[in-house]
Amino acid sequence: MQVSEKTYKGIPASEGIAFGTAFLFRPVDLKIPPRAAAPMEQELKRFEDACKKAGQELEALKADVAKRTDAGTAAIFEAHQLMVADPMLADSVRSHLEAGETIETAVQAASQEIAAMLASMDNAVFAAREADMRDVGRRLLRILLGIPDTSADGLKTPAIIVSQDLTPSDTTGFRPDLVLGFCTAAGGLTSHVAILARTLGLPAIVGLGEEALGNIPDGNRLILDGTRGELVVDPGPSTVDRYEEMKRKAAARLESIQTTMSREAVTADGQRVEIGANIGDADSASEAVRYGAEGVGLLRTEFLYLQYSQPPSEEQQLEAYRRVLVAMGDRPVIIRTLDIGGDKPPPYLKFDRELNPFLGWRAIRICLDDQALFKTQLRAILRAAAGKRALIMYPMISSVEELRAANALLAEARKELESAGIPHGSNLPVGIMVETPAAAMLAESLIRECDFFSLGTNDLTQYTLAVDRTNERVAALFQPLHPAVLMLIKKTIEAAHQQGKWVGMCGELAGMQKAIPILLGLGLDEFSMAARSIPEAKWLVSRFTVTRAKQIAEQALNLPTAGEIEELMKGVLNEAGGDSEK
Amino acid sequence: MQEISIVVRNKVGLHARPAALFVQIAAAHQSKITVTNGDKTGNAKSILGILALGVNQDDRITIQADGADEGEALEKLAKLVEDNFGECR
Repeated sequence: MQVSEKTYKGIPASEGIAFGTAFLFRPVDLKIPPRAAAPMEQELKRFEDACKKAGQELEALKADVAKRTDAGTAAIFEAHQLMVADPMLADSVRSHLEAGETIETAVQAASQEIAAMLASMDNAVFAAREADMRDVGRRLLRILLGIPDTSADGLKTPAIIVSQDLTPSDTTGFRPDLVLGFCTAAGGLTSHVAILARTLGLPAIVGLGEEALGNIPDGNRLILDGTRGELVVDPGPSTVDRYEEMKRKAAARLESIQTTMSREAVTADGQRVEIGANIGDADSASEAVRYGAEGVGLLRTEFLYLQYSQPPSEEQQLEAYRRVLVAMGDRPVIIRTLDIGGDKPPPYLKFDRELNPFLGWRAIRICLDDQALFKTQLRAILRAAAGKRALIMYPMISSVEELRAANALLAEARKELESAGIPHGSNLPVGIMVETPAAAMLAESLIRECDFFSLGTNDLTQYTLAVDRTNERVAALFQPLHPAVLMLIKKTIEAAHQQGKWVGMCGELAGMQKAIPILLGLGLDEFSMAARSIPEAKWLVSRFTVTRAKQIAEQALNLPTAGEIEELMKGVLNEAGGDSEK
Repeated sequence: MQEISIVVRNKVGLHARPAALFVQIAAAHQSKITVTNGDKTGNAKSILGILALGVNQDDRITIQADGADEGEALEKLAKLVEDNFGECR
């Protein structure tokens, strides 16, 4: 019998499982005693002194946090220092003083007003800065009231911190050796406690709700599962056993992921597949290598085109591509030519007003119209490829004519470089993105005129299902595991294999655990994904034999709905120890 | 007075850390510097003013500087944005 055991659900904010007692944290009460306002210069002088003191406190805190975590995390307090010294805050404080308020009420009101303004912004990252402003306002007020910061002093033994919310100052204020994890009633994934817990490597749950908070007595036993977002109060012995088992399994899984990460991706029966990264610029290339990328399955080149008010020169592009190729060493890099459209126009391309930019003038269509622009890029890619493993890929192909026209320009660019005696790569493999249903249906003809395919599943899903996933009302219809999409993927892979060519995938689907076994079974040769998904993808590949994957793919392709395919894959991943949410 | 227009490539736009770096560089110059994003304009030396502009990835901002060191200020701020705030190395 487990009469008192209770489980609450919140938002999983930082992975891991902790066992411990609850420490109910309450920030110091900052009550402003009533008093009459002094002359304005005196009140202002106190504000300036408080700002100076706050700056010093923050400097010390920043140094301390930098030692315990990293400079990036400590920068939170650098932002706080700037807020303390901010002219907008000072102006607002001054106007409250002019209205006859004391400095304490002026600081409180000004910081709350600015926090409310930040909170009202529609971007979650900006709205989260509200917490910073409130934290800064409280720090100034505490200094003005002359109250020492003793809120964290009550923590004497290792415990799980439970609170309504935690400011960055609160979160870093505890003795690090005594904190086992955090849970808060308020907050979201981008709140500071979530970010700090992740960098400190401590489990955390946010958004538990007020009701849960009211039911956690100080000192009670807790299990905090930051991976699933579950908080168990007064767990019974069988619950403790269950979570201890989960903790053991998670640790074992992490260890096996870390060992497979640095190896080649191989199935349980020894079939080799390639797992690469999708990257958007040179800086992320070395990050991709760290995560175990065996190549770059997609180098987006748009960053070069959106950055400047002029199209990037051949030399600028050469340098950027070269940096990526050098960072990747002898690993292959697939460079996708310009993929841009009227939804995000660069200033130097004149777009007509388009009712439907995703069906409009974009990607290869622009490049074939503006041949000078395209040839500059092709020359830069060819030159960057000298002595390196670069591949070239055209986006949004929907006909054989487009592929022929692009290849003709590539041949021209190569000839120009040859006759000018400029060093460049020879025999670059040329491929196309299969991201329109037309390309998938024409796969047999297209593959005769190029070397490889890469499935762009985001666009392929959008165009096949006629769903704009940025439109909230239909976003739920965006189902990459829709049987119609899977059938096009199957057709594409079969057509290429018949001609002895290979097929990769650089859409989000390639990194989704629930899709990987199906794709393996369909014979996909290369998976390219966000770098951080690579370690788990390699691990998952190692859990399946090709025979088993083929069975799974066949089962999936026989199901009539995306819902049933998702259900099937939930079972498959459960059995393999994967995570269908990833 | 001089001005430049530039696209912010940073993944999360001008949020805490990039905004802090931006403000620190702006504050090191004498010129009056403003940033405009769409219909909002803010003081480049105020982190709150910059955050309030809500600059997202791929937004085009205009930086305007007026004063003795306006050219140098714009050059440094543009370089910071172009170098993607030295993030994700």
